[in-house]
Amino acid sequence: MLRDKDRIFTNLSGTSSPFLKEAKDRGDWDNTKKIIAKGREWIVQEVTNSCLRGRGGAGFPTGKKWSFMPKESDGRPSYLIINADESEPGTCKDRDIIRYEAHKLIEGALLSAFAIGAHTAYIYIRGEFVREARILQQAIDEAYNEGLLGKDAAKSGWDFDLYLHRGAGAYICGEETALLESLEGRKGMPRLKPPYPALVGLYGCPTIINNVETIAVIPTILRRGAAWFAGLGNQNNTGTKIFCISGHVNHPCNVEEEMGIPLKELIEKHAKGVSGGWNKLKAVIPGGSSVSLLPKDICDTVLMDFDSLAEVQSGLGTAGVIVMDKSTDIIKAIANLSRFYMHESCGQCTPCREGTGWMWRTLERIAAGKAHYQDIDLLNAVTHQVENHTICALGDAAAWPVQGLIRHFRKDLEERLNILDATQLAAGG
Amino acid sequence: MTQDKEMNVSSEANKGLKVFVFSPENQKEVALILKKYPENHQASAVVPLLDLAQRQCGGWLPQAAIEAVAHLLKMPAIRAYEIATFYSMFNLSPVGKYHIQTCRTISCWLRGSSELQSVCETHLRIKPGEVTPDTKFSLVEVECLGACVNAPVVQINDDYYENLTPVALKEILQNLAIGKTPLREEKSSSLKTLENQVEGE
Repeated sequence: MLRDKDRIFTNLSGTSSPFLKEAKDRGDWDNTKKIIAKGREWIVQEVTNSCLRGRGGAGFPTGKKWSFMPKESDGRPSYLIINADESEPGTCKDRDIIRYEAHKLIEGALLSAFAIGAHTAYIYIRGEFVREARILQQAIDEAYNEGLLGKDAAKSGWDFDLYLHRGAGAYICGEETALLESLEGRKGMPRLKPPYPALVGLYGCPTIINNVETIAVIPTILRRGAAWFAGLGNQNNTGTKIFCISGHVNHPCNVEEEMGIPLKELIEKHAKGVSGGWNKLKAVIPGGSSVSLLPKDICDTVLMDFDSLAEVQSGLGTAGVIVMDKSTDIIKAIANLSRFYMHESCGQCTPCREGTGWMWRTLERIAAGKAHYQDIDLLNAVTHQVENHTICALGDAAAWPVQGLIRHFRKDLEERLNILDATQLAAGG
Repeated sequence: MTQDKEMNVSSEANKGLKVFVFSPENQKEVALILKKYPENHQASAVVPLLDLAQRQCGGWLPQAAIEAVAHLLKMPAIRAYEIATFYSMFNLSPVGKYHIQTCRTISCWLRGSSELQSVCETHLRIKPGEVTPDTKFSLVEVECLGACVNAPVVQINDDYYENLTPVALKEILQNLAIGKTPLREEKSSSLKTLENQVEGE
């Protein structure tokens, strides 16, 4: 369990103000100039050594991503974009960072932008977060007034502008290239990669896109050292992580914990247990809606980190832990997610545009007992036709929860169809 | 996300509003927004400007407003229509004074969002996508609002109402009907102070 002295987000529950005076009391903006004086290479190396992996879902090593940026500018400016389009069902950690720890994000933006050679950064925040955007803008404004942003930011000699850009309701804009399209003033339809944003990103310029949580932990890593961060968690899965625990638990919450904490310990210690007790557990989606759910026997022992969850054919994703007890209609739960993906598909690629709706309708039919046994195999086959056949990962994200359902709860699906057969028989059908 | 959004250019509401200009106050805001983006990439401002226009129009985007934004940004009107129809927060027909958005996605669903939806429908006597005859309320079901640990959640205009029960939601609707802004229940008591600070600006 994470010791209090290793906690990065000490105001995650919002007991104190997010604004500058209190943020400085918490250690934000403490001699930022001195860190910048150590140079770009030092910062990138330190982040690489910390083994920090991106907190937005894919878990790509942050230091490595930064190293893709051109070392020398060819005349084009570089950009940093902070992805605050938090919309993955089950996930609400960035929201609390923004409204309670805004200055960790703003200071992280300066340090990260300097590290990748960017003088400008945009924070792309989801449109629904109106209140959160107001708080963040106020925090940005006070940072400007204090000389922490703008020309010679924090007296570091580095000029840095930070702008807040509000979206307008589109899950797909959390995908980095869709975000770029949206920020450039178009529909949020993902781009083909390559070219990767580090070479051709915003306005055709080198761009790094990082999640809010990734950027917000940077100042603490640089202050306390890569070795400290890498000493937390497990090998290749280092540091702390904010877990969002929602669904059928006694105390749904956001909590910062050490990477690799056992799922059971996480739920029992911080969420005060599954409603009705651990034995009432049906399944857990461990990393936001896009990853496969896990049945109770795996939940008993699995560790919450990227590699451990990948081993059980699921993923850490955004660490949005959605807990479902035995009262849950598991087929309807996944159908709920399928409808989400149908609604959020941008419509660009046919397998996703058509497949997401098809999967939802089939699941609803199964949930209602109005399907044939062979529909289960057909559904499985369709998920594989969507997976890997689209420009972005939304198709995969729509397929994986359905595959997980069939893999772990095939019996539940078949039983639902059995019921229909029995009633049909009774009715003489 | 386009399936439930279409522009009805011949609707009565659109016919009633032929010209749109930003108010003097909003024109200052427009200038601030445009300054965020490089001079040759002003198209980036299209979403923020449509949002501003929607706020000025009382929560929806008449065709005239979309065209005015396109004109201001020197982009073809079709590009702005594309944006207005793609993003779910743009309303293409009038909404109520209180636009109620109930979150239906998994974390809220597991904690009773369906009951909240029924409360809205029975209390307001409208279905999703409809506006009450007195134009006070409109109702839509939306996907994940990103406040999952405080589920179930309903968004009314700019505000999230969290940790709701059917009884609490009914009370909120009753309060709004008589013009009272209800208190929002928050898990942390500090947010209220925090918002006072923001609003005190």
